[in-house]
Amino acid sequence: MAAATLPGFSIHEFLREEREKDLLRFSTAGSVDDGKSTLIGRLLYDTQSVYEDQVRSIEGKGTTAPGQLDFALLTDGLRAEREQGITIDVAYRYFSTARRKFIIADTPGHEQYTRNMATGASTADAAVVLIDATKGVLVQSRRHAYIASLLRVRHVLVAVNKMDLVGFDEAAFRTSERDFAAVLDRIAEDTGTPVETTFVPVSALIGDNIVHRSRAMPWYGGPTLLQLLESVPASDEARFAPLRFPVQRVLRPDHTFRGFAGQIASGAVRHGDTVTIASSGRTATVNRIVTWNGDLAEAHAPLSVTLVLDQELDISRGDLIVAHDELPVLSKSIKASMVWMDQHPLDLRRRYLLKHTTRTVPAFVTSIDHRANIHTLSHEPAKTLEMNSIGVLNLSLLQPIAVDLYRANRSTGSFILIDPITNSTVAAGMITAASDRTQAATDRRSPVTAPERVARFGHRGGVLELIGPHTIIDQIERSLFDQGAITVRINHEAPSLTQPIVDAGLIALVVSATETNTLKALVETHEITVDSDDLHDAVSAVHRLLTKSGIFVSGKADHP
Amino acid sequence: MPVAESESRPLSPTSVGHRPRLSHLRLLEAESIHIIREVASEFERPVMLYSIGKDSSVMLRLAQKAFCPGPIPFPLLHIDTGFKFREMLVFRDEMARSVGAELLVWRNEPAIAAGTNPIVLDTKRCCGLLKTQALLDALRHYKFDAAFGGARRDEEKSRAKERIYSFRDEAGQWDPKNQRPELWNLYNARIHPGQSIRVFPLSNWTEIDVWQYIHEEKIPVVDLYFAKERPMYVRGDALLPIEQDFVALPGEKPQSVKSRLRSLGCSPCTGAIRSDAQTIPDIIAELLSFRSSERANRVIDHDQEGSMEIKKREGYF
Ligand SMILES: Nc1nc2c(ncn2[C@@H]2O[C@H](COP(=O)(O)OP(=O)(O)O)[C@@H](O)[C@H]2O)c(=O)[nH]1
Ligand SMILES: [Mg+2]
Repeated sequence: MAAATLPGFSIHEFLREEREKDLLRFSTAGSVDDGKSTLIGRLLYDTQSVYEDQVRSIEGKGTTAPGQLDFALLTDGLRAEREQGITIDVAYRYFSTARRKFIIADTPGHEQYTRNMATGASTADAAVVLIDATKGVLVQSRRHAYIASLLRVRHVLVAVNKMDLVGFDEAAFRTSERDFAAVLDRIAEDTGTPVETTFVPVSALIGDNIVHRSRAMPWYGGPTLLQLLESVPASDEARFAPLRFPVQRVLRPDHTFRGFAGQIASGAVRHGDTVTIASSGRTATVNRIVTWNGDLAEAHAPLSVTLVLDQELDISRGDLIVAHDELPVLSKSIKASMVWMDQHPLDLRRRYLLKHTTRTVPAFVTSIDHRANIHTLSHEPAKTLEMNSIGVLNLSLLQPIAVDLYRANRSTGSFILIDPITNSTVAAGMITAASDRTQAATDRRSPVTAPERVARFGHRGGVLELIGPHTIIDQIERSLFDQGAITVRINHEAPSLTQPIVDAGLIALVVSATETNTLKALVETHEITVDSDDLHDAVSAVHRLLTKSGIFVSGKADHP
Repeated sequence: MPVAESESRPLSPTSVGHRPRLSHLRLLEAESIHIIREVASEFERPVMLYSIGKDSSVMLRLAQKAFCPGPIPFPLLHIDTGFKFREMLVFRDEMARSVGAELLVWRNEPAIAAGTNPIVLDTKRCCGLLKTQALLDALRHYKFDAAFGGARRDEEKSRAKERIYSFRDEAGQWDPKNQRPELWNLYNARIHPGQSIRVFPLSNWTEIDVWQYIHEEKIPVVDLYFAKERPMYVRGDALLPIEQDFVALPGEKPQSVKSRLRSLGCSPCTGAIRSDAQTIPDIIAELLSFRSSERANRVIDHDQEGSMEIKKREGYF
């Protein structure tokens, strides 16, 4: 970076070169104490990407020998991390070389933070997995390699670290290489995603084969870690996949303009192209591709643009605009590999929210095919998934979404699950199969059963009695409607109507409008009274009541 | 208002094969626009913190781009500590007018009236009252549920840990040990009533990226970023700009120094640097030769080990 002070340096030349640089995102992974943070710190230090004041702030601190900088302190940003000497959450780091800009997601190695590792890997083009040469392949390295493969991080660079502690011995390196290559082969078999793997012997602490070639390991003739990072191709699958354009927002500044704002998830769109709205199957022609810098004749992933079509179709946020000749599958029933990330285990009876592109729909997990055992790399039956476990699950959605398989498209093949009560992101999913028929394989002649109704509606039948101002009752009805619940509103004078409604699996709203400023809500033996000044509060209190009383299936209802 | 120096071309994609590869700035831009549109679509009352600095200027331009040809669908909010440079305030009002955005200004008036300043109090408590408290009050007053900030992960170690959507509890506090996983570009926007999020659309930008973008997009920035002869108090290595309420030590006299500000904060706590950089390419060249980070000139970040993290836990951006 001191280049700017060198004679012959031209800033305009520099800016021109910068304009040509591309971007590589990579994550680091490995077991606790393998030396990830040290390695990143070293990478930054040796590429002159840290400032002197940052170096000064870590001098004489940390766990290393006197005079030896503890590079891990450059990346471990939280106090608890520095105090405990471990990485808790992803730290993002930035550096660039003459060829490339890099974004590093330095992820925690400890098992309980696996979800943070998945966060880091989800956007990565490459993963640097560390192995401690003194310890060999540990379970965390397997877990991380497994997740990297599952999330389709195509290039895995394996840095066999702490070579200084094994006397820079080639045999030690080859042992780690052989063991881990075997593990990676089995992972690829399981996830169906072969990864390209390269092994490098390094010492992060001393800086050997990170940026500078090691003199202590003449037996290694391959590239340094930085050379590998500079040559790995940035993932460009998205650009060559069919057009997928999730609509984020309809822009309608005045009556002359109606455009669909979004980021092209994959493929390209040209002026004059015929496109299809995935949910309705209707087609239209692209009239304009609008950006602040002017209209474009063509745009491709991952640009953010605004499309204007030649027809007034019913399109809103959550719709997917796609290539008319390569359609996604419209599905309410999908199979996915999932990483469970919440402290509450998966509950097959509960309704979750599934967020896919810009669309969110209610969903149930209907069954578990298997759970992956990271230790043995085998499949085992499971009744639930706990935090940090990985499995293949079947989901049933209350509304269809337009999907591709994750292996074909990282954007339209992925989703997250959200717990509607806690609002936590509980799982990440990668779609491995989707059926475009929404019917379950039930006997078509038998009567419809209660569990079937529950699976479709997302709730069992019940009576919700509401006494309060009608504005808030309207709001509650709307919020239930928005969630996909089926309700029937009945005036409180006609209670005899409720039984058939409940039997049909619907929610009867028995309402009495009052002038009070409190709202009373009753379900069976449960009763709450809330202040109706705060609409938000009142509405969520009623939702909690429905969950607590088991109408929103979360405990009592039987499930197929 | 000074405009970024010319001699720039529009960001052109570089061509590889038959489908062009995007330059890193275009990639960052596309990601930021996506984030801004997501928040505007999924939250009820978003607001964009506008602090007048270079990062805010880029963020504001990205917001214009996100909704073009429509207007920015949320207001801008400036937290005015009463210690901002006069030039900044003039620039702020002009900028809001030219962009056509609604500008809200919030000051912690009781604290300002009580004479809060970093010399009487320490910088930590001064920031706590004039920035953090003011911000929390403003968010509560207007019931904003999402606030965009221009912070970047490369600024500081605890910022490097931030998600793009940073959740805050009812008191606006950050719990760094319990952040939501954030996969792909699928952001979980669900919050309970009273909670809010801070959103950082520039998370993945570096300081150089920001300047390069300002250069290429010709984004106006405050004149204080460019070197000029300016009256300064010279205290050790530090250059202290003269502004309202500056308290000189006995015997100190201002001198004229060719200098500029590298980041814009409150006048008592923002040191200037000696510089000849008069254009944006000059500034970029200067940055490349620098050996210290942009926050080194800020007094506030290193009064204590981990001080940024502590402030953020308390509700600071
Ligand atoms: N001898 C030696 N020690 C190392 C090397 N890399 C890391 N370490 C030490 O290993 C310990 C754990 O390193 P750290 O980077 O915090 O590991 P992390 O948990 O994977 O981030 C620290 O004491 C480091 O100084 C290396 O190449 N050689
Ligand atoms: Mg670490």
